[in-house]
Amino acid sequence: MSNNLTKEPPQDEAVVTLIKPARKRISGKSLLSFPYTLWMGAFIIIPLIMIVYYGITADDGGFTLANIKLISEPIYQKALWLSLKLSFISTIICLLIAYPLALILKGMKLKSNSFIVLIMILPMWMNFMLRTIAWLNILERNGIINTVLKALNLPRINVINTPTAIVIGMVYNFLPFMILPIYNSLAKIDDDVINAARDLGANNLTTLRKIIFPLSLPGVISGITMVFVPSLTTFVISNVLGGSKINLIGNLIEQKFQQENNWNAGSGLSLVLMIFILISMTVIAKYDKEGDSTNVW
Amino acid sequence: MKKTKLMVSLILVSSLLFTACGTKDNSENNANSGASKDKGSVYVYNWGEYIDPDVITQFEKETGIEVIYNDFQTNEEMYPLIEKKAVQYDVVCPSDYMIQKMAEHDLLAEINYDNVPNIKNIDPVYLKKAEIFDPGNKYSVPYCWGTVGILYNKTMVDEPIDSWEAIFDEKYNDNILMMDSIRDAYMISLISLGYDQNTTDEAQIEEATEKLKKQHPLVQAYVVDQVRDKMINEEAALGVIYSGEAIYTQRENEDLVYVVPKEGSNVWIDGWVIPKNCQNKENAEAWINFMCREDIALKNFEYITYSTPNKAARELIEDEDIRNSTIAFPGDETLNRCKSFTYLGDEVDALYMNKWLEVKN
Repeated sequence: MSNNLTKEPPQDEAVVTLIKPARKRISGKSLLSFPYTLWMGAFIIIPLIMIVYYGITADDGGFTLANIKLISEPIYQKALWLSLKLSFISTIICLLIAYPLALILKGMKLKSNSFIVLIMILPMWMNFMLRTIAWLNILERNGIINTVLKALNLPRINVINTPTAIVIGMVYNFLPFMILPIYNSLAKIDDDVINAARDLGANNLTTLRKIIFPLSLPGVISGITMVFVPSLTTFVISNVLGGSKINLIGNLIEQKFQQENNWNAGSGLSLVLMIFILISMTVIAKYDKEGDSTNVW
Repeated sequence: MKKTKLMVSLILVSSLLFTACGTKDNSENNANSGASKDKGSVYVYNWGEYIDPDVITQFEKETGIEVIYNDFQTNEEMYPLIEKKAVQYDVVCPSDYMIQKMAEHDLLAEINYDNVPNIKNIDPVYLKKAEIFDPGNKYSVPYCWGTVGILYNKTMVDEPIDSWEAIFDEKYNDNILMMDSIRDAYMISLISLGYDQNTTDEAQIEEATEKLKKQHPLVQAYVVDQVRDKMINEEAALGVIYSGEAIYTQRENEDLVYVVPKEGSNVWIDGWVIPKNCQNKENAEAWINFMCREDIALKNFEYITYSTPNKAARELIEDEDIRNSTIAFPGDETLNRCKSFTYLGDEVDALYMNKWLEVKN
């Protein structure tokens, strides 16, 4: 900018005073965005660079791909596939629960539905770890469910420390992230569009299939990402509800850092995981082209 | 003069304590009184639930040093933070073999015993034991010690348990809580096979791995701190536990019995050490000295129920059953079949870790 100015012929004062406030506004804007730039640099960009650096170097600092190749070993592959499987299942379950609920919410009067949305978000005000430990107490052998079953003389269910328990934990913790974007995109659909479909002779099912669902797709897609990605990377849920017996890829990465003191291998595995997340993001970007992405925040 | 200032600050702190919480009081106190202004702070890194929280407040009150307190669950989790100097702790409480490893990696500072006069309270027996991993007691002061054993619920087993074989027995399928800690898990497997718990022999480690793999389907969960609550809630019949937790669990559930298996076990000592890169060495020594004071050691013992090496504190225990408890203070007969861990070198460490990963997957 300053370079341009020096090249230009000197301007008369009136023009200069006109330009000045404009330039001030720009610098004011960049000043305002400075904290965000700093935040992104310090807490997103630099850590990412560090992970990439650790991921492609060996203990002595030399370049290596061994950390990334670790994923080809059976132990890690098994954990990765199990993670993909469990997060896929919980995403589907979340979708199956969330979509009808969002439809019901859309059909309700404004006052009561914002109340229900509030109830859905309310548990999220509580600490994530506490919510998961609460599920441990519910599902345990002598937990709440089994105590009730025992009182009714019914056989005990054995859910704790199984993949089922982990899926339950994932669905419970991440369900709001599915409901809210779907509800948001449904709420945006103009009633006139639906009425028009009815006028043209479409029944309820056809309207849902041909009008409502396609229009809510951006919400569905962002809901899927917001459930799938944290499920894929979690290690807390599998630790608490899986009794450290079922290892997801997140657990293995955690162990690399916490038990083995091998930051390089941990970063290498994190990079592999990021590739899987990037793939899912690409799929989403493809469907979400219309812009208008509906996020909770 | 100094004394009156100290009194003023004490009164200030105690009055503030009733109105607000921990660390805040202290900074206000520092600003107000000036007596403790230059005392600074001490960064403490200790095992989870391994201190009476009152002791921390009392230390702050008496010395004017602000305590920043963090905890860890396993030695292996603590080590990288100290090694990579990610956080500058002033005083840390690792176990025997880890103290040796840290000393060999030149991570520890020598303790200046002129600042730790209360070392006289520590029973020389334990100082001598500590020399196995810390020759000359240069780097560490014993804090707690104990054994590893089986805690079982007598209503849920068929016969009294006295052998490690019980936790490898198919009879107790899905009723076993195994220790989620590499060295402890291998110690059990190695001892039950008749090998040394500090073995570096690959074939023996391999055999122990196979045994642990066979045990994996029988295990209900791999736990460290959670074993306590799970055993109290009768989630499982058998659990591997540190002796210090046993007294507490028995208070909560009378059916629980603690046993050091006949094949032998591990006896461990956790000690305070000062990392080389610490910022407040004198405060760290003040902390260690405070921990060695008999009334403080007693307070800690009553809260965490881990055996104390503090002779003076043990004599102060009022409850005769506890003072003579064979769990808290096992006799020579038990201790003679127990051994301590030693640091095995980084290569063997890595071998153990890889094998353990295989076991758990």
